[in-house]
Amino acid sequence: MRALWHLIRRDLTLVLRSGTDAGAALAFFVVTVTLFPFGIGPEPEILGRVAAGLIWVSALLATLLSMERLFQADYEDGTLDQLLLAGVSAEAIAVAKIAAHWLVTGLPLLIVAPVMGALIQLPTGAYGVMIASLAMGTPVLSLIGGIGAALILGARRGGALLALLVLPLFVPPLIFAVGAIDAAALGLSPRPNLLFLAGLLAAALPLAPVAAAAAIRQVLD
Amino acid sequence: MHRFANPARFMRLSARLLPWLAGATALLLAVGLYLALIASPPDYQQGQAVRIMYVHVPSAWLSMAVYGAMALASTAYLVWKHPLAGLFTKAVAPVGAGFTALCLVTGSLWGEPMWGTWWVWDARLTSVLILFFLYLGYIALVGAFDDAERGLRVGAVLVLVGTVNLPIIKFSVDWWNTLHQPASVGRFDGPAMDTAMLIPLLVMALAFTLLFAVLALVRTRAELTWRKVEVLRLFQAAGE
Repeated sequence: MRALWHLIRRDLTLVLRSGTDAGAALAFFVVTVTLFPFGIGPEPEILGRVAAGLIWVSALLATLLSMERLFQADYEDGTLDQLLLAGVSAEAIAVAKIAAHWLVTGLPLLIVAPVMGALIQLPTGAYGVMIASLAMGTPVLSLIGGIGAALILGARRGGALLALLVLPLFVPPLIFAVGAIDAAALGLSPRPNLLFLAGLLAAALPLAPVAAAAAIRQVLD
Repeated sequence: MHRFANPARFMRLSARLLPWLAGATALLLAVGLYLALIASPPDYQQGQAVRIMYVHVPSAWLSMAVYGAMALASTAYLVWKHPLAGLFTKAVAPVGAGFTALCLVTGSLWGEPMWGTWWVWDARLTSVLILFFLYLGYIALVGAFDDAERGLRVGAVLVLVGTVNLPIIKFSVDWWNTLHQPASVGRFDGPAMDTAMLIPLLVMALAFTLLFAVLALVRTRAELTWRKVEVLRLFQAAGE
């Protein structure tokens, strides 16, 4: 438990000291969302209709962007081996890394998303639900992405591979999150979709670190 | 099951089994194709286009069954470290991807005359497409390691993750469909299929299953032989 806490602190310190890493995913999110009005035209009705999907697909890609490096740096300089040899469980490493990843990339998205929503004409009634869906959905993305990041350790062409592995698994959270926001925008109840999203989080929270740990342990032998 | 995990015994048994299996496959495939393409009646609504079904439906079944077999083999590989199970998973993945692609392509060809479009974002189509991506991901991942053994182990973890996700994807996509696109398919839960069509379909399904068995055996044998060659090369390099 203490190891877990120290690992999270260490990762956060590393990210904050290096500065640019933390901002990169956020900037990517902002720029990606900004691109869509150029691609599909500036008409408010059309943008408003697709806003939920744009926000979520952009958030998804932003999460993926920083995912490749999740375990890679520690794997390359041998820290991962040392941690495992020191008796830190692979599950704890996975949980700590994923938690730090979410704090650095997922959480800032929650804060910027309303601004981006306003830029692309997200319907007024949907903001609360959008925040809720991101609050529950981005941890799921980090958890699933964590499995992918652990799987590609030591592989060639890791980045493209990661996208291929992880994006199909991102489909369920995407569906339920966008479903909830769309429902709210139409004045319907977003509750069932949000509950499904919460269910995904409840399932991914214990299962994803176990799967990621199974992949991390392959590093040792 | 552990008895058959011995590679030498597997090579012996599969060598004896293969000719029979291959013969049965060729026979059933010939009979099935004759029944499906010539002997069975055209549909009263769809006409001759219904014959696509005899390829489409068996490949759809196989696309899922192969993934199930890969999941079982991956479990065996991770739990008991049976080398054969890992090689089997790697060997059948392209076959599974092939069946899935065949299912998607025939479905698309069938959809064009029937629905007037090559592709619909329908729940079933979409979940098969995602299954296809899972296959591709596995193939790419296993091939991306210099240490083949490690690729197999990591791949096994991925297959199991995909297994957990498969029902979730299936149901989430079903749900998504009912929100955005109410009922456009639902052909098969209509009137029960006539025996004149059901029998060719079942023969074809059996033929496809046997075909899979043949391909799985041949490819696993090839993987095993390849592994042997590599080990011999390593010994040779170490000896000199």
